[in-house]
Amino acid sequence: MEKPQLITRRRALITGLASLSGLMLPGCSQPLPPTYGNLLRMGDALTYLSHRTLLPGQSLAKEYDSRDISSFPATGTTNPADRGFVPELREVYGRLQKDAFQDWRLSVEGRVARPGRFALADLQRLPARKQITRHTCEEGWTAIAEWTGVPLSVVLQKAGILPSARFVNFYAYDGFSDSIDLYDAFHPQTILAYGMNGRSLPVPHGAPVRLRVETQIGYKSLKYLQRIVVTDEFVDPGDTGWAWYVGI
Amino acid sequence: METMPAPTLHPVLVRHPAWVRLSHWIVAMSFLVLVFSGVVILMCHPRLYWGEVGNDLTPALFELPISRNYRHGGWEQNGAFFGYAGSPVSASRTYDIFNQNGWGRSLHFLSAWFLVLTGLLYVPAGFFSGHFRRKFWPGAGEFSFRALRQDVREHLQLRIPFQTAENPYGLLQKGAYLTVVFGLLPLIVLTGLTMSPAITAVFPFLLKLFFGAQSARTIHFFASVLLVLFLLVHVLMVVLSGFRRQIRAMTLGK
Repeated sequence: MEKPQLITRRRALITGLASLSGLMLPGCSQPLPPTYGNLLRMGDALTYLSHRTLLPGQSLAKEYDSRDISSFPATGTTNPADRGFVPELREVYGRLQKDAFQDWRLSVEGRVARPGRFALADLQRLPARKQITRHTCEEGWTAIAEWTGVPLSVVLQKAGILPSARFVNFYAYDGFSDSIDLYDAFHPQTILAYGMNGRSLPVPHGAPVRLRVETQIGYKSLKYLQRIVVTDEFVDPGDTGWAWYVGI
Repeated sequence: METMPAPTLHPVLVRHPAWVRLSHWIVAMSFLVLVFSGVVILMCHPRLYWGEVGNDLTPALFELPISRNYRHGGWEQNGAFFGYAGSPVSASRTYDIFNQNGWGRSLHFLSAWFLVLTGLLYVPAGFFSGHFRRKFWPGAGEFSFRALRQDVREHLQLRIPFQTAENPYGLLQKGAYLTVVFGLLPLIVLTGLTMSPAITAVFPFLLKLFFGAQSARTIHFFASVLLVLFLLVHVLMVVLSGFRRQIRAMTLGK
């Protein structure tokens, strides 16, 4: 009779995979957002997984001096009243803009104990954070600006985010939507910005309030915020053609 | 007309171990995909800068005419951020640019993973097996400026002496491999990582090391140009020294 081997290759592989998935568990209830069906997205998934397992989560992105503030291109949507994807939102945004965003409300809903609607003045009454950071666009350019806003963590805690929550979804007046995980949502530099370079956020840069996610590429910092929805599960946006996690 | 002197030694076959052959082809394939996707990404913004900041509203070091985005000029001024003369400005884009970065970036990073993971196995293996010491590192008494000058002269005349099985590479060849493995490839990976906001948040010294995010991008570009030049010379040498024989050595190992 053959002596049973203590460690077979198969067992070593299974053990390795099991410990790897153990590494993934603390990140989120679901190891990876399920948008990654194809080969291309496997690289993005590996990047996301390695960043979340190998990098400490709360390191601050470099902050600059006010002398470093640079010219700043406005790209993508530069006014949702002219070029929004959703006709109704386009109209609403046009009306809000005429009124200097007096009637604008940011809805915070989903897996929170106290859903609510925040006016611009409500957000400005909350503790503010000012940061001079570098915006890194996927196109290849960079620009430095000073942003003033309220940390997203403050708003989420005020709304009573539930312990089961794992993702924060954002919906914008130009028709875009996106989501981030709680690592980025609770990052101290992730803010809902209402000021840019010492003034109100201009319309081309996302008025009245935009998201700033300083640890990811520029397109995650959604402009023209309308609604925030906290979810337990990843909301699959379908194939947008763009990587969901862009810390790189 | 004088005839070329016959080589004093018969061509020897370098016996590449399997791990060298495997990592050679993984790196070769991923490098080709990285060059292709890198050009696609560069076509989206074919301007290169120095320092932390660079965009269409700031001056560039140079601009490459490789897509319709070259000097497109499609900007509508929004005005200055501050009151003083020469204040930073904002402008809205009015031009529909060429942008294939949705798949271009993902393909770039996917192939970069192959390159980096292979490199992380190859470099320790090269040290521990003595591969680098025996094949890449010039032996005692092998390196002198006279020997190097002679090697350069012989290469320029395309009269490259055959080496022995124990010492299969010439001085220039060793120098080229050392530069690629320990210079250009680590440099291109590190400058690539310096463009990542998540990485530089954790390792801010990268921004200091490469003088800023845009400098890192520019160095990344020049490192890729040098690597492409290396590839062209490498392939040329393979062809000149017996294409079939060399390919067999790097695939079948015999």
